[in-house]
Amino acid sequence: MSTASLTLAGKQTKPLTRLVLGVVTWVIVLAFFFPVLWMALTGFKHEEDAATTPPHFIFTPTFDEYKAVWDKGLRSYLEHSISITVVSTVLVLALALPAAYALSIRPVRKWRDVLFFFISTKMLPIVGAIIPLYIIAKDLHLLDSQLVLIILYTSMNLPIAVWMLRSFLLEVPVEIVEASRVDGAGLLRQLRSVIMPVISPGLAATALICFIFAWNEFFLAVNLTTTNAATVPIYLVSFVAPEGQFWAHLSAAATVACLPVLLAGWAAQDKLVRGLSMGAVK
Amino acid sequence: MTTLTATPTVNALRHTSPVRRSSWVRRLPLLPALVFMIVVTQIPFLLTVWYSLQSWNLLHPGTKHFVGLRNYKVIFTDTIFRTAVFNTVIFTVLPVFLSMVFGTVIALLLDRHVFGRGFLRTLIVSPFLVMPAAAALVWKFTILDPVFGILNYFLRPFGVHHVDWINAHPQATIITVLTWQWTPFMVLIVLAGLQSQGSDILEAARVDGADGLRIFRSLTLPHLRPYLELGVLLGSIYVVQAFDAIFMITAGGPGQRTTNLPYYLYEAAFRGFDIGRASAMGVVVVIATILVATLALRLISSLFSDEGMAGR
Repeated sequence: MSTASLTLAGKQTKPLTRLVLGVVTWVIVLAFFFPVLWMALTGFKHEEDAATTPPHFIFTPTFDEYKAVWDKGLRSYLEHSISITVVSTVLVLALALPAAYALSIRPVRKWRDVLFFFISTKMLPIVGAIIPLYIIAKDLHLLDSQLVLIILYTSMNLPIAVWMLRSFLLEVPVEIVEASRVDGAGLLRQLRSVIMPVISPGLAATALICFIFAWNEFFLAVNLTTTNAATVPIYLVSFVAPEGQFWAHLSAAATVACLPVLLAGWAAQDKLVRGLSMGAVK
Repeated sequence: MTTLTATPTVNALRHTSPVRRSSWVRRLPLLPALVFMIVVTQIPFLLTVWYSLQSWNLLHPGTKHFVGLRNYKVIFTDTIFRTAVFNTVIFTVLPVFLSMVFGTVIALLLDRHVFGRGFLRTLIVSPFLVMPAAAALVWKFTILDPVFGILNYFLRPFGVHHVDWINAHPQATIITVLTWQWTPFMVLIVLAGLQSQGSDILEAARVDGADGLRIFRSLTLPHLRPYLELGVLLGSIYVVQAFDAIFMITAGGPGQRTTNLPYYLYEAAFRGFDIGRASAMGVVVVIATILVATLALRLISSLFSDEGMAGR
């Protein structure tokens, strides 16, 4: 009976069923969101309010812990994270946009095979490559350097970006591109005056998705960096076995770590599914 | 709207210039990305295979030598390795299955005209966006702590007292956190599937007198099937690599109860510095993943070329 109303438009169902299903939806979604909310809230507590029985839902909020994580340590990790994610995202777009062009608007022969090569690299687990990556980085004296994470995050996000951008480029009307080419526009001018205006929202969404994955990446960062290039997730490792009262501090640090990606993800949520499915689902 | 990725125009353009020089001009924009990916992703995998045939411990420099398949013999007779394989399977199958169930239910609920739908959608994607390392710590301390954790507080009315969730139920803990994290992924994919279903067909079925359950079973479910499959396959490919939550919450323990292959490989390589043995494990993980990846690629390929689906 309940399945019936699920598939039908709301107006078809009885008001009571609608109300119940609405409440159920809110309860489930809020339950899933609760850990995120609790994290942000605990960050606004004084340490003595953070770990209590029963938990304090009402408390005097303070910015102390947010200030403290900023002043103590987190800042340099944030700087590493920002420069690594920004540079790798720019690099991804610079490599992916021409490639996506060559796979959509003026496709090379065997474009399908190339496209599937890109996606297949995304499907091999990183644990299968980490050991040579570590050895190579060590031999080239690139361990604990931002460069090594930039290169690897670029390779991690490039297939997603190629697939996503390709799916956006296919929405560019071919006649316009053809017309501009007949008028003698080179690749760069075509990109600038015809293609970019159409795909710039898609480009922004692609950039945000690359940013999200690079920002949250942990496995490569924990194995290839220690201090000079350590990113925000590595800062959090110090909380695995802490001492004393630390929940408010931990929550504030975790909230700061998550905030950029939450904002980026909320901004890109309409395009998120396209990025996650490599452009296969729109 | 639809899952269209290939358009007829692309095919029409394919053979427009048979001239050799022009085909190189076409290839040029592709080459930097292609070369980059081949160098950065393919060479390490080949090296992993090569390393797996060596006896090589970084703590004993100069002792590296070729041993053939001995590392494979070692890992296959290693009981911890077998535990890790088993844990990898349950830490993949259960979170993917559970998150798909939750994801489908939530997507169906959100596909209706519910008050504040856009807001709820924004909230539900959050667990997927939150940094996994940060989420793991929040779960470990503020939620699952036996004394101060909020879960025990919520469960107190139901007679649950001071359960040490992480030590008493380490596997369930990891599965819960992974399920929580991946449910939004499934919600998004299923929701995209639901929204690509033409409302005219549903309307027609309704006019013909089909009830909701019937419409769901004979129209919605078949339509959703490729989306569900895609969610399961892509989800498996990512979840099989789960590392952050295990590293942060249980460090593979207690004992080896939450050691999966990525974590065991990490221990062998970066605690034991046993490059040969760790590489052999890496090769095994890759071979196991290829099976799932092949299915995923085939599905994406069919989504990609299926004009029936694309045309709607």
